[in-house]
Amino acid sequence: MFPAEFDYVRAGSEAEIAELLATHADAKILAGGHSLIPILKLRLAMPATLIDIGRVPSLKGISVNGDVLRIGALTTHAEIATSAEVRKHAPALAEAAGVIGDPAVRNRGTIGGNVAHADPASDLPSVLTAFAASIHVTGPSGARIIAAEEFFEGLMATALRENELLTAVELPLQSKGQASAYEKLAHPASRYAVIGVAAVLTAEEGKCTSARVVLGGLTPAPTRAAGVETALQGGPLTPEAIANAAAQTAAGLGDDLLGDLYASAEYRKAVAHVYVRRALETAAGRLA
Amino acid sequence: MSGRMFGSAIRRREDPRLITGAAQYTDDIVLPGMLYAAMLRSPYAHARINSIDKSEAEQASGVVAVYTAADIEGELNPMPCAWLLPNAGLTVADYPCLAKDIVRYVGDIVAVVVAETRYQAYDALDLITVDYDPLPSVTDPQEAAKEGAPKLHENIEGNQAFHWTVSGGDVDAAFANADVVIRDRIVQQRLIPTAMETRAALAHYIQASGELTLWNTTQNPHIVRFLSSVVTGIPEDKTRIIAPEVGGGFGSKIAVYPADFLTIVCSKRLGRPVKWTETRSENYQATTHGRNHVQDVELAATKEGKITGLRAKVWSGMGAYLSTAAPGIPTILHGLMLSGVYDIPAIHEDVYGVYTNGTPVEAYRGAGRPEATFMVERLVDVLAKKIGKDPADVRRLNFIPPFDNGHDVATGLTYDSGNYVGALDKLMEKSGYADLRKEQQEARKSGRYIGLGLGTYVEICGLGPSQVAGAIGFQGGLWESAIIRFHPSGKVHVFIGASPHGQGEETTFAQIVSSELGVSPDDVKVVHGDTDNTPMGWGTYGSRTTAVGGAALAVSARKIRDKAKVIAAHLLEAAVEDMDYEDGRFFVKGSPDNAKTIQDIALMANVAWNMPEGVEAGLEASTFYDPPNFVYPFGAHLAVVEVDAATGEVELKRYVCVDDCGPQINPMIVEGQVHGGVVQGVGQALWEEAVYDEDGQLVTGTMLDYAIPRADRLPNIEVHSTVTRSPHHPLGVKGIGEAGTIASTVAVYNAVMDALAPLGVENIPMPFTPERVWRAIEQAKEA
Repeated sequence: MFPAEFDYVRAGSEAEIAELLATHADAKILAGGHSLIPILKLRLAMPATLIDIGRVPSLKGISVNGDVLRIGALTTHAEIATSAEVRKHAPALAEAAGVIGDPAVRNRGTIGGNVAHADPASDLPSVLTAFAASIHVTGPSGARIIAAEEFFEGLMATALRENELLTAVELPLQSKGQASAYEKLAHPASRYAVIGVAAVLTAEEGKCTSARVVLGGLTPAPTRAAGVETALQGGPLTPEAIANAAAQTAAGLGDDLLGDLYASAEYRKAVAHVYVRRALETAAGRLA
Repeated sequence: MSGRMFGSAIRRREDPRLITGAAQYTDDIVLPGMLYAAMLRSPYAHARINSIDKSEAEQASGVVAVYTAADIEGELNPMPCAWLLPNAGLTVADYPCLAKDIVRYVGDIVAVVVAETRYQAYDALDLITVDYDPLPSVTDPQEAAKEGAPKLHENIEGNQAFHWTVSGGDVDAAFANADVVIRDRIVQQRLIPTAMETRAALAHYIQASGELTLWNTTQNPHIVRFLSSVVTGIPEDKTRIIAPEVGGGFGSKIAVYPADFLTIVCSKRLGRPVKWTETRSENYQATTHGRNHVQDVELAATKEGKITGLRAKVWSGMGAYLSTAAPGIPTILHGLMLSGVYDIPAIHEDVYGVYTNGTPVEAYRGAGRPEATFMVERLVDVLAKKIGKDPADVRRLNFIPPFDNGHDVATGLTYDSGNYVGALDKLMEKSGYADLRKEQQEARKSGRYIGLGLGTYVEICGLGPSQVAGAIGFQGGLWESAIIRFHPSGKVHVFIGASPHGQGEETTFAQIVSSELGVSPDDVKVVHGDTDNTPMGWGTYGSRTTAVGGAALAVSARKIRDKAKVIAAHLLEAAVEDMDYEDGRFFVKGSPDNAKTIQDIALMANVAWNMPEGVEAGLEASTFYDPPNFVYPFGAHLAVVEVDAATGEVELKRYVCVDDCGPQINPMIVEGQVHGGVVQGVGQALWEEAVYDEDGQLVTGTMLDYAIPRADRLPNIEVHSTVTRSPHHPLGVKGIGEAGTIASTVAVYNAVMDALAPLGVENIPMPFTPERVWRAIEQAKEA
């Protein structure tokens, strides 16, 4: 279908974005357009104005600043997937970015748009939560930093306030003894995650000192597999230990599970542990 | 060099324009003063229309006109059904271009808006208010056939469009005497063809002359001209149909569509060109779908595995109305092929065509033959399992032995030529079948589920003898035409009635002319798709363009050669009987150095300064070729899959095929057709399904939900071939456009079932989503 009529304005700087947001009621920010435009075409959203931020240089790029990896909101999935810095410091993020949609989507879609849109079947929210990333935003009341775990509030709902702009995400650099992985069951048409599992493991002398395991696709917002994390804590990362821990996946998922024509909630819940196990095995393998 | 062009894998001349964006599709064409049409479609699967208020839409910015059924009453005849199946109690439901009182599927058109821009036209759709009373609806064909089901058409009982049967041999006796009887319920789910280019029409009616030009994305412009004249009343001589570049069809662009005729009416009334182009959502909703069978199949056999009978009952969903060729697909193109590659002495099938509240169902790549092949090939595998034999061995036991000039089967067809065991032997060798079986056994020991699936097939294509077309109710002929015209410089135009749209005949037909007449293929231009400058032809579908049109072309080339020989003899002052020909050169036998080339003859024939007595000027030939029989390509395919029993995910690990389409004009193009066909068939097994909810809403209505095959989910397809000539085709060739689709769905199905055999899984509905496979495994564990 066709979008309803809208005005289009282009911002050249972050200051201009703020100004345009302040002066245009009912405006939406347009970055890569890969979440927004399908919604406009279905007329599920009919904003009066689109503010195109695609050419604001300060929002682009990947850099290592001290002990954090900073990724500008306008950085595309393809740039993240192929970035040497991301591959080195947050391998699971590069992996997840590389399995979003298809090449056309990855070449246009941006991390900022993806995160702000907060589709429950998107790949990045679970990964950012697993990495304990921080989401940087600016708005009428100044800049804020929000922990990923607090940022994703529910089905396409985030902690972003009115007229706030997501500017960057920051991840702690992968430390010694740490490894990560992302595993996914992709929908064959949309490529969204039916089940997505991000795992970040830290180990010392063969014992797991920290495990962050986050599920996407099953729940309205990314969900930490608390039972799995607890089961791994302090133990070895052997295949048996991993399988036993993964068996705890379903317990912590609650009742608010997503399902659709392709994969019911029951199915997702029943097989999620397999993807948890695979993600843990891959991550553990990278520790060795 | 030119003599060897037949069989050369030269590059497709179509591709540079296609891959550089230079190709011109219907939607690319812009005419001065052009308006845009948009169709308001029913949001209900079944409803009564109480009233339509279009006043607000008419006032909207840019809107030129809004038409409802009441506005154009009497201007368009009902949509024609052009395959009037005889002896089947066929009931053709009234199919108006614009719904008047009742809408019967989500997508039925209730109004058309014409505006200055496409956006304005679509915006105005929202301003039309239609007051509907929803009615009960039904989309499953078997449910729709039951007593008490919602009734779609007032004068049609039981929603029955037809009840067609095919019978040969004593089926009851076969089942009564069988050692083994196999039964299965197979659902061939509804599929969406998904051509890359959605449907489009641009109508330009000139009121001063009463002449219509319609640019239309179609597989058969001459049929569109004929049927357009029937529906619109604009006579054929005043109608020009142009199929510019057509971005795929797969059967969905055979039919004529209400929206095309409405676009014509808009142009006729407004005196301006009017363009209509579907959105993808509209394409999914309202362009014809495929398959949609519920099949109950039984096979009778001896305990050694010799098949003695096949019996089936099929409910075939036709959708809300009968599309142009629809009745012939699940009957003639399906039931007559139930013997497959086997000698089955007794066959009986009942096919019930059923109206449902869904999009009309039409031909979709393979069109009836995949559904038939599936039934036979699936049951052969089940039989093999039951009697404890390898499926390849049961196939060998039942194959029709090699034949080169005719073999009759119980359904009444006479296959032209075949060597089914030859294809299977080659497949066994190329795939390393015996080793794969060993690997499968090893894998099972370590809890891995690998499966091998065979699909052996023969298909009917090259439709077909026109006398047969008449006898089976096809409302047209099935011959093809080709004109070859030499210009003074020796360059050549070929004009054909068929209408290739991606299959590559611009290249292969030039190769035929090159081989027959010794010109370079680069000197041959193939013209198609415009009814004002091509001879009549019945179109490109059913793998018939090379099988029938290619024959017309070869015969024309031979006529040219005969005439050229007479002229050459005259110029060389020799008797025609003393002339020899080789690779574009005519010479007196024994004197090859003193030759006249085809180019020399073309120049002389065109200037006509020195022609033999009684020979006309010009070097041109025209042929209308009506084939004496269909052609029957065949082959053997193998799919190798691995199933993850924990999640139900299926991975297609290898795909090996051997196809026999006779001598290949261009092996690269054959390989491409096999690739595309295989992939679409795999799509049915693994990913594709058009799903309606209980209210008849298409819930797989976008490409986010309906999964078409993607390259990264497929292995390298290993393509091999054998060559068995058709005894009756002038070039011996058959057809290859649909072969892959016909074999591959069941090959993948059989492979998955083979993988899961140790778990006791016997039947999973397609497509094999991980959840369906997982559930089947879980249920088998419980049993």
